[in-house]
Amino acid sequence: MQRYILQRLVQGVILLVVVTSVVFFIGRMTGNPVDMMLPEDATEEDRQDMIERLELDGSVMDQFGVFIVDAVQGDLGTSIRYRQPATDIFFSRLPNTLAMIPPAMILAIAMAIPLGILSALRRGGIIDRISATIAVLGISTPNFWLGIVLIYLFSVTWGWLPSSRMGGPLNYIMPTVTLGTFLVAGFMRLIRSSMLETLDSEFVKLARIKGVSETAIVWKHCLRNALIPVLSLWGVFMGGLVTGAIVTETVFAWPGIGRLTYEAVIFRDYPLLQAVIIMDAIFILFINLLVDILYAYVDPRIRFE
Amino acid sequence: MDSAPVLEVRNLHTHFFLRRGVVKAVDGVTFSLKRGEVLGLVGESGCGKSLTALSILRLLPQEAARTVEGQVLLDGEDLLAKSAGEMREVRGQRIAMILQDPQTSLNPVFSIGNQLHEALARRPDERGRSLRERAVDVLRQVRLAAPEQRIGQYPHELSGGMKQRVVGAIAISCAPEVMIADEPTTALDVTIQLQYLNLLKELQTSLGMGILFITHDFGVVARMCDRVAVMYAGRIVETGPVREIFDNPVHPYTQALIASVPKLRDTAERLRAIEGQPPALSDLPVGCRFADRCPHAEPRCLEKYPEAVSVGENHTASCWLAA
Ligand SMILES: Nc1ncnc2c1ncn2[C@@H]1O[C@H](COP(=O)(O)OP(=O)(O)OP(=O)(O)O)[C@@H](O)[C@H]1O
Ligand code: SF4
Ligand SMILES: [Mg+2]
Repeated sequence: MQRYILQRLVQGVILLVVVTSVVFFIGRMTGNPVDMMLPEDATEEDRQDMIERLELDGSVMDQFGVFIVDAVQGDLGTSIRYRQPATDIFFSRLPNTLAMIPPAMILAIAMAIPLGILSALRRGGIIDRISATIAVLGISTPNFWLGIVLIYLFSVTWGWLPSSRMGGPLNYIMPTVTLGTFLVAGFMRLIRSSMLETLDSEFVKLARIKGVSETAIVWKHCLRNALIPVLSLWGVFMGGLVTGAIVTETVFAWPGIGRLTYEAVIFRDYPLLQAVIIMDAIFILFINLLVDILYAYVDPRIRFE
Repeated sequence: MDSAPVLEVRNLHTHFFLRRGVVKAVDGVTFSLKRGEVLGLVGESGCGKSLTALSILRLLPQEAARTVEGQVLLDGEDLLAKSAGEMREVRGQRIAMILQDPQTSLNPVFSIGNQLHEALARRPDERGRSLRERAVDVLRQVRLAAPEQRIGQYPHELSGGMKQRVVGAIAISCAPEVMIADEPTTALDVTIQLQYLNLLKELQTSLGMGILFITHDFGVVARMCDRVAVMYAGRIVETGPVREIFDNPVHPYTQALIASVPKLRDTAERLRAIEGQPPALSDLPVGCRFADRCPHAEPRCLEKYPEAVSVGENHTASCWLAA
């Protein structure tokens, strides 16, 4: 088990180095950042000034060296817009995003597991058809649009819910629904299909032959097996979560990481953008490590490999 | 061995109701199994052996499959008339079953001990032993080495032969009256097959269960069984004591099966040695189902199905030649 975790950690570090390099070089490939940041009527003097201030005068490789050395020491550069260390800004916004993710996840899981199981048990039945509809809507509805529609109905038209920013529990409802819907469709369909597969397996047949009750067949024998593909596709869901958070936070003016990413792009704050992407990567790698450990716990075949 | 039958299957019909038609996979199966007897159920692939077994346990593979007619009598009680709850009391406790492939019949995410406990817990122990002690004991009965360690292990840590022993242990854990073994050794290595067959035979003798032994293999029948029922296209075509069937097979299909048993034991291939294909189960002929492939077919064979007739002591066959 310790070896397994260590292995995952080493993989994570390698991945992080790759992500950092890609982020850095793609940033440079899109042109000299100074040109993007300066107003159109800037003079050549302003330009030189800025190049020096941002230490952009060496070759790209030199700059990369400086960037890596700083990064290892926890310095991911200074935001141009806020004139503060990018990591400080990231950490000041992080709690707001972390406050939104668990409710969205809980909503997604609380809907996906029972609906996925029920639609597998009664294939073609009413619940199956309803949940298939929910899944199609969930996948095909862009969540910025869902967010806007929710705001229009619940804030503008009926005035029941606050339309933006953080505040009381009511502020959480619409962002949670918007982000949760984004996740629920994929979850639900995956649980349904892996439940169908396990329900049809020989070990379930043997469990029935033993006289195990249907309740124990579903909740004990099938669910644990059905969760394995869900956990192994977790990385994909994490990607969805990040894009989902950017859109949701932007729509609801939620001062979290997603909104910060959006602002960094809009204001061409490339050090901030770099920092946010790298920190996101670290965050995702950390979550994936936790999921891998959980995965090994659920599937004994992993534990001993 | 003239005791009363523990399991009697009478005129059993299990069909698949599919969009493209009705597949009559089991279509009038009749046989009986006596207490402490091993009855072989032999026939080529697809003739309905497994489906007969699953119909007895009322565990049909999908909603489209239904048992539409017949009786399954366990000690004289009709299982087909029981409620779902009553049926669950029968499964595992009075009728157990061993499936073909040990690689897939154990749940990969639970320990061996856990899967045994599930079976053992259904019946209280008269000697007051703990579940763990009983699990170790039952693993010892199936001659699994180091049972104390095994119960903490997971299926992937055991070989195929060891897993099949665990499946056997689960099957005997409630001392069933009837055990159904559906080709329990086909998925095992040849060297291990023999050991496993010997084990089953030994358990059968010591526990006194009746075994319905499903196989492709007449060689295995000779080794394991007291009587044999030969199945063709959803029906039993000949039944009798093993010696009698080997020495004096009456039905041309049985004759062909026995003739195709090679001296050296290899695997299932040999049953294909009979020319031609069985009829489609969705479009069965009115007459003898073997007529297409039978060297002795006559006009009357095509007109009417030959009912089973007695051709010797405890020996019946469904063929116009015998009638
Ligand atoms: N899910 C299904 N849908 C439709 N027909 C099926 C289904 N399962 C089985 N059958 C039909 O039932 C027939 C009998 O199947 P069964 O599994 O009982 O055969 P078997 O005698 O056990 O063969 P084998 O020796 O290959 O195990 C098959 O020929 C097949 O046509
Ligand atoms: S009834 Fe006729 S066709 Fe059928 S097995 Fe006997 S001889 Fe052959
Ligand atoms: Mg079969």
